Amino acid sequence: MSESLEAEVKTNPQGDPITSVAAPKVEAKKDPHAEAKKQTVVSPEYLFLEAPRKREFITGSEAAKEAVRRSNVDFAVAYPITPQSETMQLIGVLYGEGYVKEYYRGEEEYGVMSSIAGASRAGVRCYTATAGPGTLRGIEPIASWPGHRLPAVCMFTCRVVNAPLAIQPDNIEISYLLNCGMIVFHAENQQDMYDFTMKAFIISEKNDVTLPVGVCCDGFFVTHARGYVHMQDRSMKLPPREAWRGAVPVLDAENPPARLSRDAPVQKSNFMAYNIHAVWQQEVWAAVERSRKYINQYMGGLLSAENMENADAVIIASGSAAAQSREAARLCADKGIKVGLIKVRSLRPFPTDELRKLCKDAKLIVIPEFNYVGWLAREVATAIYGHSKAKIIAGPHVYGGQSMPVELILDEVESGLTGKKSTNVPLSAIMGADVNQADVTHFMQNI
Amino acid sequence: METTKQKPERIITPGPAGFHPPSAAQLGVMLPDPGQGLMYGLLEPHEENVIEEMARVMLTSPNATLFPGPMVLWAWNDHAVEKAKALLEIAAQIPNVMIIPMPDYRPKYPKIDPEEVINPNHPNLTIWGNKIEACIFIGVHCHYANLTLKMIRAGTNCCTMAICAEQGHEDAMLTIRDSDTAKLKLVAKVFKRVREQMGLKLPDNGENVRFTGTQSKVYGGKTHTNPLDFMPNSTGVAGAAAFGHNAEQMKREA
Repeated sequence: MSESLEAEVKTNPQGDPITSVAAPKVEAKKDPHAEAKKQTVVSPEYLFLEAPRKREFITGSEAAKEAVRRSNVDFAVAYPITPQSETMQLIGVLYGEGYVKEYYRGEEEYGVMSSIAGASRAGVRCYTATAGPGTLRGIEPIASWPGHRLPAVCMFTCRVVNAPLAIQPDNIEISYLLNCGMIVFHAENQQDMYDFTMKAFIISEKNDVTLPVGVCCDGFFVTHARGYVHMQDRSMKLPPREAWRGAVPVLDAENPPARLSRDAPVQKSNFMAYNIHAVWQQEVWAAVERSRKYINQYMGGLLSAENMENADAVIIASGSAAAQSREAARLCADKGIKVGLIKVRSLRPFPTDELRKLCKDAKLIVIPEFNYVGWLAREVATAIYGHSKAKIIAGPHVYGGQSMPVELILDEVESGLTGKKSTNVPLSAIMGADVNQADVTHFMQNI
Repeated sequence: METTKQKPERIITPGPAGFHPPSAAQLGVMLPDPGQGLMYGLLEPHEENVIEEMARVMLTSPNATLFPGPMVLWAWNDHAVEKAKALLEIAAQIPNVMIIPMPDYRPKYPKIDPEEVINPNHPNLTIWGNKIEACIFIGVHCHYANLTLKMIRAGTNCCTMAICAEQGHEDAMLTIRDSDTAKLKLVAKVFKRVREQMGLKLPDNGENVRFTGTQSKVYGGKTHTNPLDFMPNSTGVAGAAAFGHNAEQMKREA
C-alpha cells in the first residue's frame, strides 16, 4: 500500500529520469472566450444589408446558432426535450465560447418561458427554442409575454402536438401562437432561420414594438437538414439591447416607480379594471401593427412574390410549403401553366394589404400547408374576402409528419383551373367559385 | 399614409369617441418619421406646425393641464433634470395651466384623488374630475402613455397631446417625436411666440400655474405659483413632491 503512494518517477524513451531533460513547456491556458471578446459591434443596418457574406452548408439548428452568435445575446435557457432540435444544445456551446452571457437548463417549458419573462423584464436580450408539445406546455407564459411588453426571440421548430405522440414535423402549433399578440415569422429554410432570428431581435426591441417574436420553422425539414446559408463574418455582432428605450420600464427593485409599474393592475372587478385590460390588449395589437415598417425595412417585406405577372394561378405558402410550392410552380411552367408564388414571411402582422393587391386579379389561389386545419388558408381568405374573386383551394394538406410531394400541389393547380374534381382536397375546403370554367377549360386544352 | 394637406378630414379627434373605440393603429394611423408629427391622425411633415397647434389648443382650452410622467418627475440622471426644467419653461408660457403628475403606473385603489395624480389605469377620472379639455403628456413610458391616451379619447372630450422622446403616439390628437431637452425648449419658444401673437399676457408676478385643490392645501391656500420657482437640481429636489405627491404617499400605497 505504501509503495503505491510513492512518487512515480517517469522516464523518457531513453530510460533517463525525466528530470534530467528540459522541463516540458507549459502551454498558456487558452481563453475559451477569446474569439467572443474580439467581436465588434456594428449597426443592424450594416450587418443585415451591407456586410459581406460567405456561404456555408449547415443545418437549420446550426443556422440559428450562428445567428445567436452574432446577436449579442445576454441570456438563453434550454429545455432540450425530445422532440426538440439540437438548437439549444448548440447555444450551450456558444455559452462555453463566451458568445452568450448566461445560460442554463430549465426544469420544463413552463419554467423556461417564465425565465425568459423574468430576464426580459430585467432588461437583457433573451433567446430560447421549443417545439410541439413543449410549445403548448409553455404557452401560458408565452401568451403573457406580449401583454408584459417583453422583447425576446423564441424559435419554434414545429412538431406534431396531437396524440399519439410523435416527433415528426407538422406546423399546427403555429395556429396556437397566432393570437397571442406576439410577432410570428415562418422560415422556409436554413437561410431564413439565420436571417429571421437576427432581425427578430432588433424588431422585437424597437421602442414602438417592444414585443416578443416567434421564429417558426417546420421541424426536421429545416432544423436537421442542411442547406446553404450566406453568413456575415462571426467577428461582428449586433448592438446590445437598450432596455432603457423600451415602451415600459425594466424591472428595478431599487426604484419604486419602476417596481410598482409592473404590479398587477387589473385585479379589481369593476369597469375600470375591465377597461384597462381591454385598452391594454388594443395597445399590444397596435404594437404588432407598428412592427410592419421594421419588417419592411429589415426583411424586405412581410411576403415575397415571384412570377406574378399574368399568372394563371397563384400559390400562397409559408415555411417549408413555400419550398415545395416553388418546385411545383416550376413543374407547372414546364407544362405551360404560369403560376405565381407568394411566400408569406410574417404571419403576425399578416400581410393583408399586400395580398389584396397581389390577388386582385387572380383566378385561382392554391394554399398548401403542413397541418390539418389549414390556418394559412383561413388567414388568406379572411384577408382578401371582397378584394378578389379568386377560387381558393385550402390545400393540399399533409400532416402527422408527412412530406408534401410537389405533384400534390401541381394536381390542385390543374384541377382548380379545369374544374376537375380533386382527389386530395374536399369540396368543403374550396372557397369562392367565380371562375369562368369555359375559359380555363379552353386554356387547358391548348397547353 | 395621408398628410394634413392631402386629407383635411381628421381621424383622431377629441372624444368621447365611444364605449370602446378602435385604436388609432386599427384606424390606419402610423407613427411619424423624424422631423414630422401627427395632427389629428394625419401626418404633418413639419413638426413645428404641430407644436403651433399644440400651443393654440393649450392657450384656448378650459383647464389646460400638463401631465409630467416618471421620466421627468424623478431625477434619474442629469438629462431627466434638464428635461424637467424645460417642461417648467413650457408651463411658464401657458396662463392658468395646471400641472398634475403621473408619478408611477400603479392603479390608485380604492380611490384616486384626481387633484393629486393622474394614472394610466383610470386617467379619465382625473380628466373628468378637473374638467380638463386640453393636456400634454411628457415623460411617460410609451406603453403607459398609449393606454392613457386611448382611454381619454374613448371617454372624455379632452384634446390630448404627447411630446414623446421616442417615436410619438398615434392615439394622441397631436404628437411630436424625439423630444430631448433642446426640443422641449423649442416647444417653450413656439408657445411663447403663439401666445404673444394671440395677445395673451402672463401675470406680472409670474404666477401663471394654477394649483389644484390638493396642491393648494400643500401650499397654504395659495391658488397660483410661478413654475420657475420649482426648478429642480441634480439632487432631485422638487419633482413630484412639488406637486403634492411624495415618497411617503407612495410607500403608503404599496
